Amino acid sequence: MSNMKAKIIVTPKKAVLDPQGKTVQNALEHIGFKGIKDVRIGKYIEVEINDMDRETALREISKASHSILSNPVIEDYSIEII
Amino acid sequence: MNFAVLQFPGSNCDQDCIHVLKNVLGHNAYLLWHKETSIHNADAIIVPGGFSYGDYLRTGAIARYSNVMQAVAEFARQGGLVLGICNGFQILCEAGLLPGALIKNRSLRFRCEFVWLKTSNNQTPFTCVAPKQDIMRIPIAHGEGCYFASKEELAQMRDNNQILWQYCDSKGDITPESNPNGSLLNIAGICNKEKNVAGLMPHPERASEEILSSTDGKTLFKSMIQWFEKQSR
Repeated sequence: MSNMKAKIIVTPKKAVLDPQGKTVQNALEHIGFKGIKDVRIGKYIEVEINDMDRETALREISKASHSILSNPVIEDYSIEII
Repeated sequence: MNFAVLQFPGSNCDQDCIHVLKNVLGHNAYLLWHKETSIHNADAIIVPGGFSYGDYLRTGAIARYSNVMQAVAEFARQGGLVLGICNGFQILCEAGLLPGALIKNRSLRFRCEFVWLKTSNNQTPFTCVAPKQDIMRIPIAHGEGCYFASKEELAQMRDNNQILWQYCDSKGDITPESNPNGSLLNIAGICNKEKNVAGLMPHPERASEEILSSTDGKTLFKSMIQWFEKQSR
């Protein structure tokens, strides 16, 4: 069994103002990129996992994402195990 | 009264708090390293400002899981007084001891300046000694002080009078211009439902002596002392 990897993407919730995203959106528009509706800036976290079955891995990483890797008050997360 | 001031790797206002509590107010204060599992004989806990764990991941996210914070959570559950200042406020929010969260300032700038604060509820252990004027002049120094909570949470906090301090102008009016970081409802500090845990972004320990141009911050610590002494009488 080869080592697995979890890819976690953390983004600010829709209701939370994202000033970084807004600033980058303004910059993109200023440079001349057309059709940009919204920009949100989040985090990408990569976790290498020791051998275990996928289900356990997903459960563990979900717990980690909920408890520390993201703050559920202000952020959403998505997980991909590869 | 015995104050414990927590110390994490990256705390930098711990000594200032100790100085004010001991030398200015004449009470007992000691440092409590983050690896400690007991708060010893503390009557109140201060979670000081700084950049615990380099603000990695999110401000306060890692400090919140330290040994000492488990003991602080238990102390808070039993009704003990806990005050978080700046990074300490962020840690208490991350720990779920206070509602909401603190995010990047709307301006994306680190703001370091004196602000005016209005005390919105003076019936708590942190606000019962009223400042000389209605409003207080206390400095802020933060990059992530924009207070956020869901609409439902904010409504609940309002109903329970949990909003303790709000940014205002020099006349005491709560205006968008006097909001230094984009906080919802100009919130500078709040408390929990039970009113024994509070947090604020401004630094009262930096405004507790004449030489620092304001002594308004002293009223926070004095409030805690008065409240505690009344209770133990």
